[in-house]
Amino acid sequence: MAEKIIEKTIFELSRPGVGGANLPGLDVPEANTDSIPENMIRKGKIGLPELAEIDVMRHFVKLSTLNHHVEKGFYPLGSCTMKYNPKANENAASLNGFTDLHPLTFSGLSRGAIEIMAQLGEMLREIAGHEAITLQPSAGAHGEFAGLLIIRAYLESMGEPRKEVILPDSAHGTNPASIVFSGYKPVQIKSLDNGMVDIEALRGVLSKDTAALMLTNPNTLGIFEKEIKQIAAMVHEVGAQMYMDGANLNAMMGYVRPGELGFDVMHFNLHKTFSTPHGGGGPGSGPVSVKRHLEPFLPIPVVVRNNEGEPHFDWERPQSIGKVSGFYGNFLVMVKAWLYLRMLGLEGVREVSEWAVLNSNYLLSRVEDYYGLKFKTTPMHEFVADSTPLKEYGIRNIDVAKRLLDYGFHAPTMSFPLIVPEALMIEPTETESKATLDAFAEAMIAIAREAKETPDVLHEAPVNTPIGRLDEGKAARRRVLRWPIPEDL
Amino acid sequence: MVPENLKFTKEHEWVGVDGEIATMGISDYAQGELGDVVFVEMPVVGDIVAQFDSIGTIEAVKSVSDFFAPVSGEIVEVNTALEETPEIVNKEPYGGGWFVKIKLSEPSGLDNLISPEEYNKIIA
Repeated sequence: MAEKIIEKTIFELSRPGVGGANLPGLDVPEANTDSIPENMIRKGKIGLPELAEIDVMRHFVKLSTLNHHVEKGFYPLGSCTMKYNPKANENAASLNGFTDLHPLTFSGLSRGAIEIMAQLGEMLREIAGHEAITLQPSAGAHGEFAGLLIIRAYLESMGEPRKEVILPDSAHGTNPASIVFSGYKPVQIKSLDNGMVDIEALRGVLSKDTAALMLTNPNTLGIFEKEIKQIAAMVHEVGAQMYMDGANLNAMMGYVRPGELGFDVMHFNLHKTFSTPHGGGGPGSGPVSVKRHLEPFLPIPVVVRNNEGEPHFDWERPQSIGKVSGFYGNFLVMVKAWLYLRMLGLEGVREVSEWAVLNSNYLLSRVEDYYGLKFKTTPMHEFVADSTPLKEYGIRNIDVAKRLLDYGFHAPTMSFPLIVPEALMIEPTETESKATLDAFAEAMIAIAREAKETPDVLHEAPVNTPIGRLDEGKAARRRVLRWPIPEDL
Repeated sequence: MVPENLKFTKEHEWVGVDGEIATMGISDYAQGELGDVVFVEMPVVGDIVAQFDSIGTIEAVKSVSDFFAPVSGEIVEVNTALEETPEIVNKEPYGGGWFVKIKLSEPSGLDNLISPEEYNKIIA
């Protein structure tokens, strides 16, 4: 496909001499540069673009409309919990008292910030059913890594770190990666036909070498592990630990506390469940909460309260795994999650999960006659549709995903979990209205019809987006990772 | 249909034997399921491999998969053409898209492979 230029880069839009502000002439002596080494002095042009303010504004507003984002349209990316991020969160996180606070500020002058960290930790522990927490990890996978290091440190203190971590074949790809990074060997077990952990398979691999079982609950098929208490008992029986990947916590907050299910460690994704932005809009935050026996191993410093209830940093943790972040983690993300939880309260938190599960099951009921469902168990906050029924018309899941873009929706998570051949993993979240869910369902149904009647429309999709179907193979094989800067710039 | 002169593994590798040299690649069905192949990570010539060991990875647009030695022996040649043009795997899975050549150390291991007819049943 020929490349059509929709918007030039801001450098190409630059016109010499144009500016957004008139700076006064220099009215102080020019600085003496003698003390600056020759090779440190810029000789060429700075290369900053020159544009009027209005043109800068139009350029970036236009770019924002070319992209798809949760403020522009529905974004049902499974396992990512792309809920709307309330603007109140952003307002709070942009208060000068937070943004201008240096992390090394004397604790007597940063009490408010430490209090927020303490309260956020307490609220998250309440949701987890755990006794201690660290807010340091900067993302979900970082939390997994910290959590596994905590387990390793605990087991070492008991005599030996052990060798293996067990995980189901529906696990997030970050799980085996974190296991390897923490020095363990991942041992994968197959799921049952109902999408849940195969207890007999688990029994077959559990041993004195098992350090932990790493589970997502509900799992990546959106299915709640019903036998979780028995599973936990079996894992604890061999002296191993239960780790919960909290990616799908949005399904059960206020209803089920992972600690009471037997999980010893879990991580949260504040950027998923607690409404802070994802990815490029992040940064993320992956707090890790633990049961009492793992508390000595948390990263330092740990936020604790003294006898008067005053929060402070506790650095005296000789068994700590050390630091996993430069300072205390992504503090402004914590502010957003703190406000979100304060606005919701416990009842509100429960309602989040109620609506997340209801929305998902409503959407499933509308599309299930048109798409397959490999695992028939009733899911919770997300479901994995399978477009295999459309394969006989030459339609793959990517064609469905691309066509959804034409209808104005972001595509669901695709080709994951790996155990569903033509997976389309759909998570609507609690923040969407029935009208939006209906519009999405209509689009899915229309696409299933198009697959039979006019399959080429799907093969050519998307046609309504700024960029059409990309040659993904070529893009990955012949990588052009940045805009080539013209010589004359 | 799959070529009649080859043997297969359940992991979708094919093997063609010429004297003591076995040539290995992935089946047309496998390349279709993987989609556009963007990179193949090869073993090193001289590596001694055991049958059904993972010896490399295939990176496609949507997933990364291991591939396995269909026979035991020594890697005597890898298809360097795939470094620059991995798309040959998609275009000619049974021809120019071959992966490695292995000098057989245990020819009896060929009995552990499956026939074209059996392979056809697996992918049906």
